Amino acid sequence: MKEILVVKDLKKTFRISAKQQKLERTKEKIKVAVHDLSFQAYEGEIFGLLGPNGAGKTTTLRMIATLIAPESGDVLVDGSSVVREPDLVRSKIGFLTSELKLEEFFTPNYLFDFFGQLHGMEKEQIETRKRDLFDRFGITRFAEVKVADLSTGMKQKVSLVVSIVHNPDIIIFDEPTNGLDVLTAKVVTDFLMELKVQGKTVIVSTHIFSLVEKICDRVGVIINGTMVLCDTLPSVTQEKCLEDVFFDIYAERAGEAV
Amino acid sequence: MKSNIITIMKKEFARFFKDRRMVLTTILMPGLLIYVMYSFMGQGMSALYAPDEELVPKVYAVNLPQEFAQMEQLPVEFVTDVEAETAKKLLQEEADCHLVAVFAENFSQEVEEYEASSGEPAPVVELYYKSTSTDSSAAFETMKELLNGYETSLVNKFDVNSGAGPYDLATEQDMAGTMFSVMLPLLMMIFLFSGCMSIAPESIAGEKERGTIATLLVTPMKRSHLALGKIISLSVIGLLSGLSSFIGTMLSLPKLMGGMEGVSASVYQLGDYLLLLAVILSTSLLLIALISIISAFAKNIKEATSWVTPLMIVVIVISITSMIGSMQAKTLPMYLIPLYNSVQCMNKIFSFEPNLAAVLLTAAANIVYTGLCVGILTKMFNNERVVFSR
Repeated sequence: MKEILVVKDLKKTFRISAKQQKLERTKEKIKVAVHDLSFQAYEGEIFGLLGPNGAGKTTTLRMIATLIAPESGDVLVDGSSVVREPDLVRSKIGFLTSELKLEEFFTPNYLFDFFGQLHGMEKEQIETRKRDLFDRFGITRFAEVKVADLSTGMKQKVSLVVSIVHNPDIIIFDEPTNGLDVLTAKVVTDFLMELKVQGKTVIVSTHIFSLVEKICDRVGVIINGTMVLCDTLPSVTQEKCLEDVFFDIYAERAGEAV
Repeated sequence: MKSNIITIMKKEFARFFKDRRMVLTTILMPGLLIYVMYSFMGQGMSALYAPDEELVPKVYAVNLPQEFAQMEQLPVEFVTDVEAETAKKLLQEEADCHLVAVFAENFSQEVEEYEASSGEPAPVVELYYKSTSTDSSAAFETMKELLNGYETSLVNKFDVNSGAGPYDLATEQDMAGTMFSVMLPLLMMIFLFSGCMSIAPESIAGEKERGTIATLLVTPMKRSHLALGKIISLSVIGLLSGLSSFIGTMLSLPKLMGGMEGVSASVYQLGDYLLLLAVILSTSLLLIALISIISAFAKNIKEATSWVTPLMIVVIVISITSMIGSMQAKTLPMYLIPLYNSVQCMNKIFSFEPNLAAVLLTAAANIVYTGLCVGILTKMFNNERVVFSR
């Protein structure tokens, strides 16, 4: 299988403000968010990133999406470097996180056109893609309603279609089903499976073990900014279920009893 | 990818112009409110300082000489046979008394005998009035004029400007120019700044606060295109807001000046307005760029607005230079000083002394400074600490 995403020795540290030092009761001025992190994702697979809060999952995904720059190391997205060719990388990926919000003043219709144009798409291309995705997610009926007036589930659907307006080959979702009702969560999960069938590569960061077990081909566990386990799901869950494997590793690496 | 700048501009325009409330409060209301406010202020001030023209001031005179009592067509009505203290009390109470004039007991005789060369103090007339009362002030001026006329008639050696005139050769246009050049640069800068301040923090810090800026940053658009698209579109909106206030001011200024003839927007030619447009357009670009940088540092709109306030004070202080003759630009390189150059250009245009080279240099300098600010803003959009500081 073709390696479509290669993460090599990624490192990122953050300066801790005096306020944060006080909150976290630490005297450390630097926090290592990601330390020499490496993994690969292959064409047509769903890769799950698991880890507790503050493990470095979001920082890793932000570096892949070029929102923040790595201190050292690199990520190659279909051969393009996030350090040297960030604009090219952004054209190849779709990135969705709960932190990325849509302008609530606009309608889904307007936002889809807007982001399509930013991705350099032609008008006809945008229209065709919009028809497909809006029908697929049932957005057509509220396409002209302002985002501010939509429910959380509807907003999440709009965010999702906007993030993949340009039909990218690599899709990165940070906690894609967080805060969604079961129906919308199922629509999203089914769609991720559909993307895989289409030969797309999906990177998912989540806390939900069942989701990983259901959709992921391979899984990586990040604890304290380090990739402590990276393998195929069948190999990881050979002896124990994913949840037990995770907590065993967590207790061992983080030095905390679970 | 040039189209990305246009795409961002279109989005900013759509965000603004489709929001009726924003259009109303940012573009329509400033001009309208200024017009209504200045017009009322003008009317109020005229009414405050203009005395009743039909009023014949009532002057309580103590020891009034016969010469005055016998005068024909007196502009005042004298009330004699009154004590000085009683009259003063009446004046203080504004009880049908506008002025109290106290003459020396033998005033006419003392005046006749008085030799200016003797070095002795001259006979005195004491005029008591109330400066807070328009009618009393008018009575004071009338009485002073009457007494001066009497004094002149006694020792008339020469007259100044006693002919038909006019002796003041300044045209109404000159007066309008002087008035406009002193007031309008300051007002214009405040209007432009207010217009820019009402939109830039919302667009930059607001996008950070709402988390929508990161959504834009994951598209393949260059950061510089985002910065440029925002600055150009916001400048146009800021300019429209500034122009609204400017039109409101120009239309209401004659009323503010108490209906002074010649004080109107029509005293300027099309060329003057074009030069003015070049100055204020480039100024609004620079102001938007400066406010955008400050807004990008801020975590939210509230913080951005409070951080922008010191810049507003700087702009006002610089704008005051249009009122101080010694601080006016004397050489061309002085037009390279940001914001000061705009104030000075406006001052020259409004005083009918437009300097094309100065205007061009100002516009070019402002565009260069805006370019530098776009560079800084681009760097800030690349800085994760700026983008994710919420």
